[in-house]
Parts: sequence; C-alpha cells; structure tokens
Amino acid sequence: MISLTDFLIVSAALFCIGLYMVVSKHNAIQILIGIELMLNAAILNLVSFGKYDRFGNEGQTFALFAIVLAAATTAVALAIILNVYRRYKTIDPNKVDKLRD
Amino acid sequence: MNLMQILFYFMAFIAVASALMVASGKNLVRSIFMFFITLFALAGLYVLALADFVAITQIVIYLGGILVLILFAFMLSGKETLNFIREQKSQFISANKVLALLLAGLFFVALVIMIIKTDANNLAWVKQSIANNNVIVPNAVMTDNIGINLMTTYLLPFEVISILLLMALVGAAHLSRREGRAS
Repeated sequence: MISLTDFLIVSAALFCIGLYMVVSKHNAIQILIGIELMLNAAILNLVSFGKYDRFGNEGQTFALFAIVLAAATTAVALAIILNVYRRYKTIDPNKVDKLRD
Repeated sequence: MNLMQILFYFMAFIAVASALMVASGKNLVRSIFMFFITLFALAGLYVLALADFVAITQIVIYLGGILVLILFAFMLSGKETLNFIREQKSQFISANKVLALLLAGLFFVALVIMIIKTDANNLAWVKQSIANNNVIVPNAVMTDNIGINLMTTYLLPFEVISILLLMALVGAAHLSRREGRAS
C-alpha cells in the first residue's frame, strides 16, 4: 500500500508550483491555471484521506463538490477576464487598477 | 516494492514534472496543453488512492469542461491577445520571479516538515478506521456507495451546489455578453 505521506508530499509540491504561478505570472489565464493546480492539490489530499472512510465517503464526496466548484469558478473567472481584456486591452493583473474607466 | 508503488511514483513524477513545465513554459498554449497531462496524471493518482469515481469525474469535468473552456476563451479572444502575450513574455522582470520562487520553495519546505512531523499514517482516526475495517479495499465497488451517500447524507450540500452552479453559469453568460447590447 502507498503511504499517506507520499500523497501529501506530492500534493504539497503541486500546491507550491501553483503558488509560484499565482505570485509570479503576468497573465490572468496563467494565474487561473495556477489556482486550478492548487485546487487539484487540495482534491488529492481529500481523496487520499478519503480512503480511510469506506462507509461515509466524506473525502470522495467533498472532492466531487470541489471539482464542481472549480468548474463554476473557472466559468465566471474566464468571463471576467474576457471583460477586462475588452475594457483595458490587457490581462496583466498588475495593470488593471481601476474599478471604472 | 510492488507494482502499485512503482505506478504511484511514475504518476507522481509525471504530475510534478508536467506541472513544473506548465509553470516554466514560455508559450501559453503549450502550457495549457501540458496542464492536460498534469490533470491526467492526477486522475491516475486518484485511481491509485482507490477513488475511481472521482478520477472519472476529474477527466470529464476538468479535462472535458474546464480546460476546453480555457482554450476556447483563449482562442476566441482574438489575435491581439496572442500578440500581447508574446511581447509581454520578452520583457520579463526576473526579480519578481526570484522572489516568487523563494516564497514557493520556503512554503514547500515548511509543508514537508509539517507533513513529516504529522506522520499521517499513525493518526488516531486512521488507525481506528483500520481497526474498524473501514478502509476501502482495492477490489471494492465504491460508486454505489457514493451515490447513496450523495442522495442521503450529503443531500443538502448537493442541492446547494446545484443552485450555486446554476447561478455561476447564468452570471458567466451575463458577464461575457457584448457591451453594446447589455443595458
């Protein structure tokens, strides 16, 4: 059997790569991909602990909820990014600094 | 070292390596396609964690839905975005990158120290669930159980999340309308 620690270390690595992308990238779509990577690391944790709950299935059920929430997040975020691009002609979050024109 | 462990290390290596390529890639479209590989490797890891239903959901929703949505939004946003991204790549500030790398590295070290100190295999509730025979075994069929739990124990979160998804989709459709027609 694979130990839980291995799963946790893999998910910590993925989370840190996602964190690096969120902090360093200058492109909103790449930042979104970084957020997806962090969400996936969290889902991996939920699933690996969910192995020890055969009857309740808490881990796996909430992993499913997290996946669906990620889909909703992405749809709204992409719509916002498209609108920002239309208004500012850039999707660099550092340059978008006004709420209105 | 049995086959399952070899597969686990293989999948973990693919996931982490392709995630690193996503993070370091210069071309946005290429990094999106590398993200496909990361998500497939993660689905493999979910299978190895004995969560096959979650793995299938990951493939259907993440790969079929989210990534295709990102690709669509990217391709539909026109040639100017592509040009803009290319010119932006060249004038990269490296001090920002070094700081981000430092932050992520330190956070990773802190997480690994915490994980090793926690020693998840010997947690009280994990040991108790092993003693109570509450562990998913590799040949168990879990999908029925997940469906029953979703419709009984977790019915309220299930309904709430369906309303939330509907609201998010309506909101996304409203936000991405053209400016002129929206009042």
